[in-house]
Amino acid sequence: MDVLSDNFAMFREGFIGTVELTALSALLALVLGTAVAAFRVSPVPALRIFGTAWVTLLRNTPLVLLFLAVTLGLPALGLKGWDSFWLAVMALGCYTSAFVCEAVRSGINAVPVGQAEAARSIGMTFGQTLTQIVLPQATRTAIPPIGSLMIALAKNTAIASGFNVTELGSVQKSLNADAGYNIYVIFLWIAVCYIIITFAISGLFRLLENRLAVAR
Amino acid sequence: MSEVSVTKDAAPAADALVVLKKVNKHFGALHVLQDIDLTIARGEVVVVIGPSGSGKSTLCRTINRLETTESGSISIDGRPLPQEGRELARLRADVGMVFQSFNLFAHKTVLENVTLGQVKVRRKDRKEAEATARTLLDRVGVGAQADKYPAQLSGGQQQRVAIARALAMDPKVMLFDEPTSALDPEMINEVLEVMQQLARDGMTMVVVTHEMGFARSAANRVVFMADGRIVEEARPDQFFNNPRSDRAKDFLSKILHH
Repeated sequence: MDVLSDNFAMFREGFIGTVELTALSALLALVLGTAVAAFRVSPVPALRIFGTAWVTLLRNTPLVLLFLAVTLGLPALGLKGWDSFWLAVMALGCYTSAFVCEAVRSGINAVPVGQAEAARSIGMTFGQTLTQIVLPQATRTAIPPIGSLMIALAKNTAIASGFNVTELGSVQKSLNADAGYNIYVIFLWIAVCYIIITFAISGLFRLLENRLAVAR
Repeated sequence: MSEVSVTKDAAPAADALVVLKKVNKHFGALHVLQDIDLTIARGEVVVVIGPSGSGKSTLCRTINRLETTESGSISIDGRPLPQEGRELARLRADVGMVFQSFNLFAHKTVLENVTLGQVKVRRKDRKEAEATARTLLDRVGVGAQADKYPAQLSGGQQQRVAIARALAMDPKVMLFDEPTSALDPEMINEVLEVMQQLARDGMTMVVVTHEMGFARSAANRVVFMADGRIVEEARPDQFFNNPRSDRAKDFLSKILHH
């Protein structure tokens, strides 16, 4: 059981790496996903087509391929100098944004159409109707599925260890090289770290859900 | 069905506020609006009645372009309705709308419902907007409910808030799309009284309703629709006592005798 105490700094670094990767990718996914959902319900056909293409492409690409595309493709296109952490944030954030978009859109569809009609009939623009009236009410419905997506995102960050990012997966890779530790114990501690992160996410989302439930 | 030539008994179109010309619309195969010509003068109260499915709600909703039309023209205060976008939004602010299902913003308090449009669309100062909102809420008799959420109010109260929300934009014309059809019988009168008062104050109103009593007492003109057409237009006393078209006679005989 001393693998944790012997290598505590390494575990801590990996844990923080996973948390940072999750938090930043989640932020990107939520912002992008909400924006793309707005595109998909907008009255402008070009934006709707872009939104549909974005979701179709990213939702149907395996995450590993997306990582490859980002780490190999972007430098080939001349985007050099990004470190592997930010490339991983980009891959994870864009990938998850496609799913967030659909969760947000299901929330939007659950808001009675009369709410948007009332907003438009007092002269609100599309943007005002969406941000003032529809999205705040859509959030309640969208929060539970988005919570699940964020947990999935936290676990998906493990793929980044294959692309030179320091996170929990890379702890396992480096420790396996040193003989002498029981591999199951290493896995156990890594699993505990993931559980801490995923439980924290579920707790956060349960809090959000409760807060929104009492709001009216 | 006899087609009676439509005569204009009410105010002539000297000061026309809303003008519809040859408006047509289909819902799939259903020709829901057929060559609708209608002119509403400033200060006039026009009540639209007719059997369900006759297109009267659709007609009401085309006036602020919540429903698009396929042909014909609609203008408000001399300006044709623009395409969807900022300009249309600006024009809609001048056209108040009251819905059958109230459609109050569920996540906002009563006061916020009446303030929101003033602040976001009219760019009024929040303090000033709240003062206006409270005055209007008092006027429709729900001042005491200002800090509640819509779901905590009765249907009649919600509809009166919805009227206040529309009035807060200082509209040129008010559209009422069956405002009392979703209400319990004892709440209908409290809403109708507010509408009567508005009519007396000189508001231009288009009211789609099944309330014949309101049509008799508040309307300057009754427009009778059936099967997507305006079949008859007349002053209320004339329409109810002496309808000219068979379709209107048939409709009235079904609703007035019990």
